Amino acid sequence: MSFMELRNATVQYNGTSVLKDFSIQIEQGEKIALVGQSGAGKSTLLNLLYQKYKGDASLVPQDLGLVRALSVFHNVYIGQLDKRPTWYNIINLIKPQKKEIETIMPIVEQLGIKDKAFEPIRELSGGQQQRVAVARAIFQHSKIFFGDEPVSAVDEHRSQTVMEAIINNHQTVVLSMHDVSLALKNSTRIVGLKEGQKIMDEPVKGIKAKDLDDLYKN
Amino acid sequence: MTTSTKIRAFKIGLGQRPLLRSSIIFLLIAIVLGAFGDFEVTTLDPWIEIKRMVFGAITPDFTATEDLWSSLVNTVAFAILGVVLGNILGFPLALAFKFRSIRVFCAFIRSVHELFWALIFLQVFGLAPLTGILAIAIPYSGIFAKVYSEILDESDPSPLQAVPNGTSAASTFMFVRMPDAWAHFKTYALYRLECGLRSSAILGFIGLPTIGFHLESAFSQGKYSEVAALLIIFYVVIATIRKWIYAKLIPLYILLAIALIPWAGELTTGNLIRFFSHDVLPYPLRITESYNMETFALLTSWLTTIWNEQAIPGLINTIILTQVALVGSAVLTLMLFPLVSSKFFGVTGRTGGHIFLVILRSTPEYVLALIFLLLWGPSMLPAVVALALHNGAIIGHLMGHYTEDMNLRPDKPRGLNLYFYDILPRLYPQFLAFLFYRWEVIMRETAILGILGIATLGFYIDSAFADLRFDRALFLIIFTAGLNMCIDSLSRFIRGRLQLRTTADII
Repeated sequence: MSFMELRNATVQYNGTSVLKDFSIQIEQGEKIALVGQSGAGKSTLLNLLYQKYKGDASLVPQDLGLVRALSVFHNVYIGQLDKRPTWYNIINLIKPQKKEIETIMPIVEQLGIKDKAFEPIRELSGGQQQRVAVARAIFQHSKIFFGDEPVSAVDEHRSQTVMEAIINNHQTVVLSMHDVSLALKNSTRIVGLKEGQKIMDEPVKGIKAKDLDDLYKN
Repeated sequence: MTTSTKIRAFKIGLGQRPLLRSSIIFLLIAIVLGAFGDFEVTTLDPWIEIKRMVFGAITPDFTATEDLWSSLVNTVAFAILGVVLGNILGFPLALAFKFRSIRVFCAFIRSVHELFWALIFLQVFGLAPLTGILAIAIPYSGIFAKVYSEILDESDPSPLQAVPNGTSAASTFMFVRMPDAWAHFKTYALYRLECGLRSSAILGFIGLPTIGFHLESAFSQGKYSEVAALLIIFYVVIATIRKWIYAKLIPLYILLAIALIPWAGELTTGNLIRFFSHDVLPYPLRITESYNMETFALLTSWLTTIWNEQAIPGLINTIILTQVALVGSAVLTLMLFPLVSSKFFGVTGRTGGHIFLVILRSTPEYVLALIFLLLWGPSMLPAVVALALHNGAIIGHLMGHYTEDMNLRPDKPRGLNLYFYDILPRLYPQFLAFLFYRWEVIMRETAILGILGIATLGFYIDSAFADLRFDRALFLIIFTAGLNMCIDSLSRFIRGRLQLRTTADII
């Protein structure tokens, strides 16, 4: 029995299959990058896995799931709503508690958004918003991290830092990525998808960027 | 032109344009109904009164009544306490709005106009502050419940997927639904406070110590300089609302309002019990000693009398007035909105337009109707003009605002071509959505214009109160509420069919 697995999963939207008879096994400690064209089924696969392992996992969905009217601090705090009593959550909503600030500040500092910590989300750029969603996932302290293109809008020299933050804070990581070199650099295993099927599943060792070209050919 | 081209042209003209078709249907209904209505000028020489009013308007007399400032304070105090209590009662109802029973309950309490609530509470509490506060708070809580629940439904659901498993429902609500909705709540509550000020002013007409009380006596004595003074300070209060209302000051305002309101009158439970267990019972049931066939026959005749002599004539007049006023509001909206739109006028022109519209929408429709009534004598005409001006100004203001977000191409046409080819087609769905949303409000207002003597349902309700026939009054109030709820559902049905959407927080 693997740590996580899907067996023969098929997902259809309006009659078209987005995942066809898909099986995957994931062991604890693996860092998996899902690669493939848009529409290949990466997001669907991530959502399926997240639904199944929700209790132990944090998620950075494609639309980030941030509350636009709340500050960066509060959005990160959402990651631990389940661990605190409701009355405390509400007090912290009205007046941020010192203890929470002290825990959250190092995380946002690491991701380079410390100076925005008390600004509402709508004031932030796309890349900054992605980093808030990552910070929320890190603050959640889950064993597993699922991310749907979590660094796609972060600028190039910062995206490596964010990737390292994700990997260092989670035991098992499953990400969809369109940046092939970033995927190769940070993962231990590459899963290639095309038209809802797995056409590649190999350890990252020895794979070169041009080996992935097939995935992007029509 | 070939026949098939003609048919295609017809289809583009009408056949395939449901919005245009519905508009024409409503226009035709209004014309047909209007033919049965009573629209005539009965005063001999309206010009004399107009001259006196205009003279009054340009010579406002702020010293005419020493109660000017205290009545203003009372108006604001009643409005604040009423709206705050409406929020306190309405918010929990909004959270429970998914239950059908709650929705029906809210639809009922908001379908009875503030003035009718006030007339009811007047019998129970007398001319006490509680009468005014509850008269505003109760219908407003029904409105808040509906609008707040719509706002909550519209808040972005995407963060829900990122909330950790096992988070309590209350925490999820506070962190995910509330933050998005909060800004909309504030905007809407502020808009409602403006409505509350108008409601509060009008409550003076039935005797509460707000500015309506002094307006009533000034109007009836033809002291138009005093009327002008009262209205001007009222406009200033409404126009500057954003300058004096701050979230942090609200607790202070509540305390001040409680301290300053004249807490006259006394609350006796005896009154309360007598009114609800005796006075409002149909007369035959009240006098009977035993329930038998005779009681039943008397009850039937009681019901038949009200039905034939009051409910049905009132219903017909209410519907005529509503439909004509609805179309009138539509026409005025289309004429007024360019006045406040940057697409048609520069800053200077728009300022004039804004002042004009603020005056029209800040003047309670009841006061507008009273003015036209004095000019033209009793008929449906003053009521229709008053409703059309008031509602046309409200929707026109929103429409003008809506044109701000339109991006027009650089080589856009000008004048009427711009209006008909570029602006109106884009605005039309929104315009109809607001208008249909307002339909129920217009009907509620036509009913209360009855108090001014126009024979709508409100006229019969007011007469019943005046004759101390509370059984009739209550029956007719419930009947009117039922009619309002029908219009509300019909409006929702039509908006659904035409796929019209309104964002809840502006109207």
